[in-house]
Amino acid sequence: MTEEIIIAGFGGQGVLSMGKILAYSGVMQNKEVSWMPSYGPEMRGGTANVTVIISDERISSPILNSYDTAIILNQQSMDKFEKTVKPGGLLIYDPNGLTRFPERKDINIYSIEAADEAGKRGLSKIFNMIVLGGFLKLKPLVAPEFLHKGLEKSLPARHHALIPENEKAVALGKELLKAVHLVN
Amino acid sequence: MGELKLMKGNEAVAEAAIRAGCDGYFGYPITPQSEVMEYLMAEKPFERTGMVVLQAESEVAAINMLYGGAGTGKMVMTSSSSPGVSLMQEGISYLAGAELPAVIVNIVRGGPGLGTIQPSQADYFQAVKGGGHGDYKMLVLAPASVQEMCDHVKLAFDKAFEYRTPVMILSDGAIGQMMEKVVLFDQIPRRTDEELIKQCPWASNGRPKTRNHNIITSLDLDPAGQERVNLKLQAKYQMMEKNEVLYEEIQCEDADYLLVAFGLSARICQKALDLARAKGIKVGLFRPITLFPFPAIEVSNVGNRVKGILVVEMNAGQMIEDVKLSVGCKVKIEHYGRFGGIIPSPDEVVKALTQKIIGG
Repeated sequence: MTEEIIIAGFGGQGVLSMGKILAYSGVMQNKEVSWMPSYGPEMRGGTANVTVIISDERISSPILNSYDTAIILNQQSMDKFEKTVKPGGLLIYDPNGLTRFPERKDINIYSIEAADEAGKRGLSKIFNMIVLGGFLKLKPLVAPEFLHKGLEKSLPARHHALIPENEKAVALGKELLKAVHLVN
Repeated sequence: MGELKLMKGNEAVAEAAIRAGCDGYFGYPITPQSEVMEYLMAEKPFERTGMVVLQAESEVAAINMLYGGAGTGKMVMTSSSSPGVSLMQEGISYLAGAELPAVIVNIVRGGPGLGTIQPSQADYFQAVKGGGHGDYKMLVLAPASVQEMCDHVKLAFDKAFEYRTPVMILSDGAIGQMMEKVVLFDQIPRRTDEELIKQCPWASNGRPKTRNHNIITSLDLDPAGQERVNLKLQAKYQMMEKNEVLYEEIQCEDADYLLVAFGLSARICQKALDLARAKGIKVGLFRPITLFPFPAIEVSNVGNRVKGILVVEMNAGQMIEDVKLSVGCKVKIEHYGRFGGIIPSPDEVVKALTQKIIGG
């Protein structure tokens, strides 16, 4: 099993940390992982993206140009990454702020209104975990207990009290996911 | 098994330095390697092992602090990225001339000049052919994973002291910034003063009555004396060529075509290899791990069995010169490169292989 994922959005949306939690959970489950961020000027307020690979085998290239899954959180990222999903692959997007929606017919597309829901519930800091929940519903790459361990490892100790809230956000994400277009 | 962590390449370098028993780190911040000193400052090895961590006023100061520390037999390291390493070249030449052990990490970014902060491999010539003046070489290691970033720090210190030479770890911004699983080796205690004197009888660290002065210098105004220094250095480099070559061969046994790449490019080529083999093209990958000494005989052995070789680098064609010198002219050898911080994709490599080697 190898899952190649791109997570892309604005700097500050928690794109990199979502990837980090996913990667750490993979490590806890004894998988091979790589986490390759965009860095530099992009992450200082512009677009941010991270490539996460989780595999049972040694990972070759940490940098890819096509992905099994794209998690897309803003318009620029939709424009850049919709076309990079492998045929039959998965695209998850948050419609908040989008003006052009995905058009491909050869991939599975889901939407998740995470930003809107997080805003309503005052959970904007764990918006990214809602999105991660949606992804994990479709691709349960890491079991809940390893996600818990991944959160413990990737969050500083002073934030460990917030882990249950993060896990609730993951559960919420599973409920919010909506199918938009399915192949077959 | 050692401790398992998910770490950035830069963080792995820093943690490995502490665990290797490093005495002092001197550096100046520059993207994309700033996490090395950031990690050290947060980790406070001055409390953990007594290791000094110091932000110098410039790269020039940092490399000269290395010279001073190494002259007393201390285990010292610096890290920087391309423009900063350019500033260090004079100091590196002096370290080589004075036969001092030191580890220099270059997390390469795109150049020339200030260039870009994105990853590149354009400093191959500078590292391997001697960026400073005089006939010197460094042992140059090219890690391709976060695990190797960690392991190469330990190896670099071992070889620096074994040969009394500066050793460079030539990595790039992507490997520095990416996180992978890493198994950390256990803490090696820093050497005591007695152990240091035993390991480095040449060190200039206070003269006991039992011996004459130890002098650390790269200056000998007598040409005959300076020629002797050069001959000694050359003999040392020949020993390295004989004993220190490291490389990796991946699926070379049945290969019709060969990719040659180091560091991050080798990781990309490994994916390209899988893609090509899925199409029925038998491709192998040869990855030099030491860039000096270059695995000349080994790449020649594999290279002369195949129909064509594509050298893939994030530069305009630097290591290809060593591949050509090693393999000779019987086999077609072409280059594929991207520059200025652009990373080639695995698909691009397959396309270049098809166009330049198989179809060409």
